[in-house]
Amino acid sequence: MAKKAAYMGMLTALAFVFSYIESLIPITIGIPGVKLGLANLVVIVALYTIGAKEAFVLSAIRIFLAGFTFGNPANMVYSLAGGMLSLLVMAAMKKWKLFSVTGVSVLGGVSHNIGQILVAMLVVENAKLLYYLPVLLLSGTIAGIAVGVVAAILTKRLERAGRV
Amino acid sequence: MKKNDIILIAALLAAALAALAGIALYSAGTAKGAEAVVYINGKEQGRYPLGEGRAVKIPAGDGGYNLLEIKDGQADITKASCPDKICVDQRPVSRQGESLVCLPNKVVVEIENGGEPEIDGSTN
Repeated sequence: MAKKAAYMGMLTALAFVFSYIESLIPITIGIPGVKLGLANLVVIVALYTIGAKEAFVLSAIRIFLAGFTFGNPANMVYSLAGGMLSLLVMAAMKKWKLFSVTGVSVLGGVSHNIGQILVAMLVVENAKLLYYLPVLLLSGTIAGIAVGVVAAILTKRLERAGRV
Repeated sequence: MKKNDIILIAALLAAALAALAGIALYSAGTAKGAEAVVYINGKEQGRYPLGEGRAVKIPAGDGGYNLLEIKDGQADITKASCPDKICVDQRPVSRQGESLVCLPNKVVVEIENGGEPEIDGSTN
């Protein structure tokens, strides 16, 4: 129990730091929502090494922490929508064992973008935001591959190290 | 990576590219008569032809604003009161269906193909 609490705490801190690093990297390709999703790396590792419930908690804490410290309330709502949808999809996909960590990460990245776009469409009441979807699909897939490959290596090593 | 992963990635990339191609085809016939239409909270606030250069201050609630500049047939948000400035970072838009979005101010600027007779002037 104590070991798990320490592990969770460490992962949360890591996810928080990754969010911060990511906020420092401006990716300006003209489309909002394009990002690497570094924090998602930690969430995937949590999903695979501890479990879905813990990953949910971790992701929610991460989003609130980041939102209150260096984000803003508006962004928090989008992050929350994207983050929760993404985790839901990843947890389901992990259960069904259809894909490896990389595939799960790709679906997580893409569903994160879809969740954000859906909320944004509700907020501005304009369905035309769907125009962003193809570009976000593209960037979400690529970011998902990058994060997924690293997450696969990490989970394997953590398991071998007997962490969990 | 499993084989399924590769199939998934290929399918997603193909879908994204197909959608991009579709949008490009759809907006290809634009150009003349296109207008930048400003929506706040989903309600239309004004239409500005892309043919004429001008700067429009779009008022948002709580004293906030977005400055829309139309220049060289393109619409761009150059200044805004919102905290994240995502709308300012967005590239200028000019083609049918493209949009500039400021979520904090609930402002959307969308390019629409004119079609209708020009509307002269607008209320601020």
